[in-house]
Amino acid sequence: MSAQAKRGVFTVVALVAVCAAIGLYIGLYLINVPGSVAATQTATGDHLYLATVPAAEVSDPHNTWVSYYAVNATSTVWRHDTTFEVPANTLVHVTIYQYDTSTGLRNPFFSQPSGTVGSVLIDGKPTSVVNPTAPAHTFAIPQIGLSIPLPGANSNAKNLCSNAPCSLSNAHVTVSFTFRTPVKGLYRWQCFVPCAAGFIQGNGGPMQTVGYMGGFLKVV
Amino acid sequence: MDGKAHFRNVALLWLVANVIMVPLVVFVFGPGLPPGKGSVEAAGQVTDNTVLLAVATPVALAVLVYMAYALWAFRERNPEVIVDGPPIRGDASVQFWWLVVTTTLVLFLAGYGTVRLLADGSGAGQGPNPIAIPSPPKGTTVLPVQVIAQQWEFTYRFPTYGGVETSNLELPENTLIEFNVTSLDVIHSFWAYELGVKADANPGVNNIAYVTTKGPLTFHVRCAELCGVWHGYMFNSGEVVPRAQFAAWITQQRVQYAPATRTLPPYSKTYFPQPLRRGG
Repeated sequence: MSAQAKRGVFTVVALVAVCAAIGLYIGLYLINVPGSVAATQTATGDHLYLATVPAAEVSDPHNTWVSYYAVNATSTVWRHDTTFEVPANTLVHVTIYQYDTSTGLRNPFFSQPSGTVGSVLIDGKPTSVVNPTAPAHTFAIPQIGLSIPLPGANSNAKNLCSNAPCSLSNAHVTVSFTFRTPVKGLYRWQCFVPCAAGFIQGNGGPMQTVGYMGGFLKVV
Repeated sequence: MDGKAHFRNVALLWLVANVIMVPLVVFVFGPGLPPGKGSVEAAGQVTDNTVLLAVATPVALAVLVYMAYALWAFRERNPEVIVDGPPIRGDASVQFWWLVVTTTLVLFLAGYGTVRLLADGSGAGQGPNPIAIPSPPKGTTVLPVQVIAQQWEFTYRFPTYGGVETSNLELPENTLIEFNVTSLDVIHSFWAYELGVKADANPGVNNIAYVTTKGPLTFHVRCAELCGVWHGYMFNSGEVVPRAQFAAWITQQRVQYAPATRTLPPYSKTYFPQPLRRGG
């Protein structure tokens, strides 16, 4: 094979390799969707159990970031997924174990729960509004008008949880509510408390990264 | 054929093209231009877009007609012959008229745009001290509505209705609305497309935009300033409704959001840096 032919073969092989690498990169990007957690089927209907923590697991790449987790009813099984799969046009019961302490709302408007079917229970008590300085986080799906303030755990408690996973023996607030899911589709949810410590306006890091203080409601 | 004959041909073709296209632009395409006629200001923007397009049409046609004519008239019919074309030299007359025509067009458009903006503000944010304030429809008063942008939702506050804040926006028909647009965190932009309203939402700034609503209408609100991870989801829709329906809606909102209203700070043109809470 002549030197010119060798150069030609090398060029073609290099071109194919580069194109394959670009195709692989794009393909992996397109199929890489976050994992999702399906609502638990219970005797009373579909149930989502969630938890909010002051910091993700120690092994997490961002183990100082606040985060949501999907958990089970007893807060013993933890999954770091923030896409929640629920059936369409259905009443879904949500229980959130809130282990973080208060930061407070920037807009006190979000101190009033809205978009639920029935009352919002905070530690078992029906609540129509909370003190705007109390929330550690909120759980909100603006597209369907759902907004739930999550008061902070007692900051003087001796048994505060530092990193996920936390247990029900740690200081926490339990918030439960029911909402009707909309038609099929992908809806985003987010926290409206500027809770990202160390970031400008408290809205960077975990607030700007899907998988921590925001995610999707996948209605199927 | 000499140069004058070519010029005459091009001018004639350009004239014919204009006779066909300009009326099409003004009477056929123009009324369908964005953003529609959902408000007085939006209808004005449709007129403005039509005027701009009508003025641009003869310019575009001049380029296209000349290009097509040159391809037809100046092509080499014998491909065996390859010769240079005649050298291009400056022509003082052409240059003079080129400058006169383009300067006139640009100055006209600048003047037209300025006059239109000063007439009613064209639905644009005018900062805290607006100079183009439209008159409200006869027998009505201005309805102030505060638009509060935050990552990542717009909320709306009605100072003349007890300072109630809502997550949805309804407006009465045939009413002059004074949007007071501000932000609680980063820069957003309030864009009510069908109303023809677009105003930046800056923290610490009250950006005022006026719009005069017409009949019932559903309009879409989007954030038009890249503002973070959920910017693409920062949208909702609003409605222009009959006045009686608006009165019923705002009464219902005041009842529904009474608990939240009690926790709100007093109505203010801006809320930055208070209330300002930071993580940690």
